[in-house]
Amino acid sequence: MNDSATAAIHFQEVDYAIFDVTILKKITGSFPKGKITTLVGPSGAGKTTLLKLCNGLISPTAGDIFINEEPISSYDPIQLRRRVGIALQSAPMIQGTVFQNLALPLELQNKKLTEKEALHKLADVGLAQPILHQKVDDLSGGQRQKVSIARTLMNRADILLLDEITSALDPTSVHEIEQLIIDLNCKYETTIIWITHNLQQARTIGHYTWIMADGEVIETGEIDILTSSTNKRVQRFVQGNLA
Amino acid sequence: MTYLTLSITLIFVLIPLFLSKTLHLQLEKDTIIATVRSIIQLLAVGYVLKFVFEAESFFFIFLMVALMIAVATDNARKKGKTIKGITWKIAITLVVIEILTQSILLGFGVVPATAQYIISISGMVIGNAMVLAILFLNRFTAEVEARREETELILSLGGTPKQAVRQPLIDAIKTSMIPTIESQKTIGLVQLPGMMSGQIIAGADPVQAVQFQLMIVFLLLTNAAMSSVLLGFLSYPTLFNERMQLIKRKR
Repeated sequence: MNDSATAAIHFQEVDYAIFDVTILKKITGSFPKGKITTLVGPSGAGKTTLLKLCNGLISPTAGDIFINEEPISSYDPIQLRRRVGIALQSAPMIQGTVFQNLALPLELQNKKLTEKEALHKLADVGLAQPILHQKVDDLSGGQRQKVSIARTLMNRADILLLDEITSALDPTSVHEIEQLIIDLNCKYETTIIWITHNLQQARTIGHYTWIMADGEVIETGEIDILTSSTNKRVQRFVQGNLA
Repeated sequence: MTYLTLSITLIFVLIPLFLSKTLHLQLEKDTIIATVRSIIQLLAVGYVLKFVFEAESFFFIFLMVALMIAVATDNARKKGKTIKGITWKIAITLVVIEILTQSILLGFGVVPATAQYIISISGMVIGNAMVLAILFLNRFTAEVEARREETELILSLGGTPKQAVRQPLIDAIKTSMIPTIESQKTIGLVQLPGMMSGQIIAGADPVQAVQFQLMIVFLLLTNAAMSSVLLGFLSYPTLFNERMQLIKRKR
């Protein structure tokens, strides 16, 4: 996990602070290439901030981040964000229809999305044709999350950052999305970093895990550390006693 | 009009003072300050204009226009404090609009190149552009803040800052232009514009007054479009840093 040579993303002593409030402290560690790493920890641990750092939406206040062994600062921000896709829990949408949202990543590159491609992507996330020309304001929370995932997949990123993307979904949909992400990982060796509050989900889908609390990484390793770790804070978190 | 007859019109100040006192609106102090300030400012401007008109010097005309731009800039910049370098951006916008307007009017001989015309028209152009700049900045900063998630979404998908801020920018430009367009739809039917009324009161031919007013109406349309578009395109890049990240500002 700490070998940056096999890492899709490597953090080296990364701090992030805004308006004198420290959000992340001395983060060091790697996300292995072609693997699924789950990111778990209590609310306010700094997980979403960490994902935004990987996508280049924000920059570290100290330390370095390496993407495929190259410093993140050496990447053109636009190219970086197309290679490192992010889907946020809040599933933000642009005003308009589902189709307009799906077409957005391509439109930003002056390309067009065909209706056939859009329907194919919708089917991937378990949504049906009638929704395609529906206004996004009329979607349920779960539907929005699915559209958000489908939109993120449009750029065919090498690395996918997923922030609690199944939190508003019913159990069947959760299973469908988990399978979709696992398939993507197997078929294209896409590196996945997945924030989840669901420890069962973390164990089911993840190869590796990072456990975070109070802006720090308290343990990283293969997924079974969630059950076998001797770290007291990890044990307290798994038992639900780490605020 | 003599100063004696002018003083009679102070009755129009006494009425709101009386109402404020009776209804406990507590606006007496502000009303008196506003009245005294308007008397002093307008009389001072009147004498300054008299001097400039008689001097017929382009230096004084330039000085008057520069002063107007400086005061308008100072007034408008307070609404865009979150935008870096806003003072210069407003000043550049006002200067460009003023140069464009005067070049067309003087270049085509629409109005003579005298202090009376240049200063009066500049006052209307700069004053109007200032109001539009304030409207635009108010709306633009609010739109960017309210649509922060949407802006970051577009950036996160690999969009440029220009693509990310396009919708808030367009909405702010439209919002600041709408009052000008709407008021022009009812011009002459609901309100008689100040300049036209002034000319008619001063004894000018009403048709001649209407012609001048139409010129101002057309001019203000350009003014409305140019001021918000120019200011918008000058302002939006400062909302992002060199890594194309939306800068978060402390409230």
